[in-house]
Amino acid sequence: MAGADGDDSLYPIAVLIDELRNEDVQLRLNSIKKLSTIALALGVERTRTELLPFLTDTIYDEDEVLLALAEQLGNFTMLVGGPEYVHCLLPPLESLATVEETVVRDKAVESLRKISQEHSPVDLEVHFEPLVKRLASGDWFTSRTSACGLFSVCYPRVSSTVKAEIRQHFRTLCSDDTPMVRRAAASKLGEFAKVLELDYVKSDIISLFTALASDEQDSVRLLAVEACVSIATLLPQEDLETLVMPTLRQAAEDKSWRVRYMVADKFSELQKAVGPEITKNDLVPAFQNLLKDCEAEVRAAAANKVKEFCENLPEDNREQIIMTHILPCVKELVSDTNQHVKSALASVIMGLSTILGKDNTIEHLLPLFLAQLKDECPEVRLNIISNLDCVNEVIGIRQLSQSLLPAIVELAEDAKWRVRLAIIEYMPLLAGQLGVEFFDEKLNTLCMAWLIDHVYAIREAATCNLMKLVEKFGAEWAQNTIVPKVLGMANDPNYLHRMTTLFCINALSEACGQDITTKQMLPVVLKMSNDQVANVRFNVAKSLQKIGPVLDSNALQSEVKPTLEKLSGDSDMDVKYFAQEAIIVLALA
Amino acid sequence: MSAISASEKVDGFTRKSMRKAQKQRKSQGSSQYRTQSAPVELSPLPQLKDAPSTEQQELFTQKLQQCCMLFDFLDSVTDLKSKEIKRATLNELVDFVSTNRGVLVESAYPEITNMISTNIFRALPPSDNPDFDPEEDEPTLEASWPHMQLVYEFLLRFLENPDFQPSIAKRHIDQKFVLQLLELFDSEDPRERDFLKTILHRIYGKFLGLRAFIRKQINNIFLRFIYETEHFNGVAELLEILGSIINGFALPLKAEHKQFLMKVLIPLHTAKGLALFHAQLAYCVVQFLEKDPTLTEPVIRGLLKFWPKTCSQKEVMFLGEIEEILDVIEPTQFKKIQEPLFKQISKCVANPHFQVAERALYFWNNEYILSLIEENIDKVLPIMFGSLYRISKEHWNPTIVALVYNVLKTLMEMNCTLFDELTSSYKADRQREKKKEQERDELWKKLEELRLSNATLVQNNSHGLPSVQNNNNNNNNNSNNDSVNEDKSADGAAETVDGKDTMEASESTPCAK
Repeated sequence: MAGADGDDSLYPIAVLIDELRNEDVQLRLNSIKKLSTIALALGVERTRTELLPFLTDTIYDEDEVLLALAEQLGNFTMLVGGPEYVHCLLPPLESLATVEETVVRDKAVESLRKISQEHSPVDLEVHFEPLVKRLASGDWFTSRTSACGLFSVCYPRVSSTVKAEIRQHFRTLCSDDTPMVRRAAASKLGEFAKVLELDYVKSDIISLFTALASDEQDSVRLLAVEACVSIATLLPQEDLETLVMPTLRQAAEDKSWRVRYMVADKFSELQKAVGPEITKNDLVPAFQNLLKDCEAEVRAAAANKVKEFCENLPEDNREQIIMTHILPCVKELVSDTNQHVKSALASVIMGLSTILGKDNTIEHLLPLFLAQLKDECPEVRLNIISNLDCVNEVIGIRQLSQSLLPAIVELAEDAKWRVRLAIIEYMPLLAGQLGVEFFDEKLNTLCMAWLIDHVYAIREAATCNLMKLVEKFGAEWAQNTIVPKVLGMANDPNYLHRMTTLFCINALSEACGQDITTKQMLPVVLKMSNDQVANVRFNVAKSLQKIGPVLDSNALQSEVKPTLEKLSGDSDMDVKYFAQEAIIVLALA
Repeated sequence: MSAISASEKVDGFTRKSMRKAQKQRKSQGSSQYRTQSAPVELSPLPQLKDAPSTEQQELFTQKLQQCCMLFDFLDSVTDLKSKEIKRATLNELVDFVSTNRGVLVESAYPEITNMISTNIFRALPPSDNPDFDPEEDEPTLEASWPHMQLVYEFLLRFLENPDFQPSIAKRHIDQKFVLQLLELFDSEDPRERDFLKTILHRIYGKFLGLRAFIRKQINNIFLRFIYETEHFNGVAELLEILGSIINGFALPLKAEHKQFLMKVLIPLHTAKGLALFHAQLAYCVVQFLEKDPTLTEPVIRGLLKFWPKTCSQKEVMFLGEIEEILDVIEPTQFKKIQEPLFKQISKCVANPHFQVAERALYFWNNEYILSLIEENIDKVLPIMFGSLYRISKEHWNPTIVALVYNVLKTLMEMNCTLFDELTSSYKADRQREKKKEQERDELWKKLEELRLSNATLVQNNSHGLPSVQNNNNNNNNNSNNDSVNEDKSADGAAETVDGKDTMEASESTPCAK
């Protein structure tokens, strides 16, 4: 072994080189993914002097391999000897940051950002910042896009002369003639603004922001909206009106729907960033316009924000603003032509009731809820039903129950099983809010009907629903209302329904307790062990295994054990298997 | 909601069926955002042909201005009269510029471009169908097409008018105009894209000053399409224009054009919707190679780099393009690329998808390719033999097996001795490959051990940490003075490599306590 030790130190790099040249991408990928193994085996010095130069020189490969490499290098600091030497990772990452494929480039930038933190301030100026400059003035757009993501990580830690240079580079990239670069710069504008001194935010960033926000390409303009949030947060209130608002107003009325969509999508953030006064004077009318936009995409995005926007309005005249400005638009949206708009609204509209209080809710919102409960699109109805809890707190659900019922019944019988599934999932919630009487009277039949649905997923969900109902209403209720019906299905001619009985028993036994399980359920299960369908029989075995722990030992020994023993001698292989399994699990052997 | 098909009833609402149900209307308005207040009713002007020639220009201008009024076509009942007047006027204008000479006086240019810009330049509306599949779904048509078509027609006639003067027009048909025109290529309406194609081609032909700009902007559109959005409806149309532009490139090719080929056209092959524009793309590539054969090697290497890994349809397209390239390849270029190329072809021949295998095997029906193979049989045959031999015994599809037999026969006739040698050494070769595989596994295993011992080394060296003492490993006699935190990072790094081994390494810590 002593002789092999000498070779050991040599061959990792040989293996790597060999594998990296393999024709099979998968093998190349494997060896790159084990790069840290190789580095560890080589030790820090040889990693620096041999491995990294090799990697830097041979970078031309499938993007998948490059991606793995870019990721690995971000975690390499210790493998090259710690922060002192971290700069030797820069050359390979620099070339990876110029690759065409976006994922690779982004990963390289991510790794560069990570290791930038490990540079000492001196190294940052000597090694890192020159790299950023080289990328920023690269020929092909890819290196310039990558540079955009690196400015903000080195800016706070360099001297003021270098800072000035960085600002200059960023400015240049913001007016690059390639739209891809301008997009990259625009998307990093907010992040860069955060690390800049306030004076420079006012002098530099604002002019860049204004320019990007009126770019000829809408894909650039919309990114400026995102930056707007960060910039507005940084500036003192008194400067917002002059420095940010003209641009924001313009964006809210942009001729491209994508930009308006972005404004709508970021509306809550914008609202928080500009504060209550501007919200009152500017954002309220802007929001109204977005709610009435000619494109459904924009209306839907705005509709999604209705609740948050209203919540964040200044409290002193919140109610008045909502009642006079927002509510009229909301009323129109209830009968919008586009179902996505209506559905977006339905998912938040109930939240308004807590803000507006009982009287307003009854007078103004209730008619809207009722209208949406009758909407032709099931998604809208479901969204209303799923948010009933908000209204319940304010006005009590009774107000709605008359309209609720037809809506629920219709959804419960919808032709699409996913709609039925969705409504089943809200049943326990509804039952809790409507109370046991209303439930018994109106909804119980629905819940039982789902048990014999022709789609298995519905029957399964219905079983689970019963369990939740029993947890809510108690064992006694179960014994009176559900259990007899469930057990009655054991004699159904359809074996699928007979199996549903077993599934229900599985789900209910625990919630119902030992008494009901032993006295009412167990006899039925045992009787079914004589079923002619094997599927039912092995489900009997499974059920016995499941309810066994609920039963007392007497019942187990005297009733369950003989039945399982009989089943374990069944002619069907599966029945035997499950019966034997149950015997073992219940320790009846 | 009335017409729910049986399959939908079973399937529930998948997104597609939701969309289908919702997608009743097939046309959409342009996203004209509050551009103007409600349209004013138009009143008909006298016919141009009836006007005295002194007043004709004045009337022409008035009509152009009248056509700047925009109407809502989604609402099919409003402004019927005005819509009809505008349609008739546009028809008359088209007629006027295509049949009359001397009507394009300098003062008319700004009015004309203004009318065109007002009508066609608009933010394209959001797609009705976010996962629009151009191969499957019906495109959404532009609602205002009855007017828009005539405006495009007018623009085309304007550009083609013998009196048309680029030197005057360039003040109006400038970079900004072209940029907006290019953005319209994203329109879902194929009729619109078709007009745009012809129009852009005319502009490229007539405005020499705009050519570089147009190429650069197309470049940007493609790059955005490839690397950012993966969505642009007009790729095929733009490539068609480029096809004829490339045809006209002067030799030797400028670096800019070569860069376009390698950095834009080749990566375009990675697009998901390649099928929609592959014919045009392959045409462009072949045009380049006919201009400059030395580009063959980088192009083929580029295609091999982006060779589809999971999409058989695309693989068939790639094979088609390779054949087109081989049709025009020079024998010297063929020699440079034969090795990597035939390695790929040999994989395709062995592809379990019979269409891929079939497409690759069809190469042997091409006389020119056959002659190239024959010339280089000593290089090609060893690469191809393994796959062909195996496939002839294993492929599930009888057609493929039959084709492979033919190919094997052809190859055998080309060099009988080599063929016999390969046949006899086939088994030995397979075994050698297997052995190599084993050796690789063992190398990695050894390396793994080495890493483990090094990892523990690093661990043991960190004396600063009280709990880290490892007795399980035997090489703890090495002492480097590495920093304390190295221990942590070595662990962290190892973790990314192989979870299982790290478990072992870190387990040693509690053991030692």
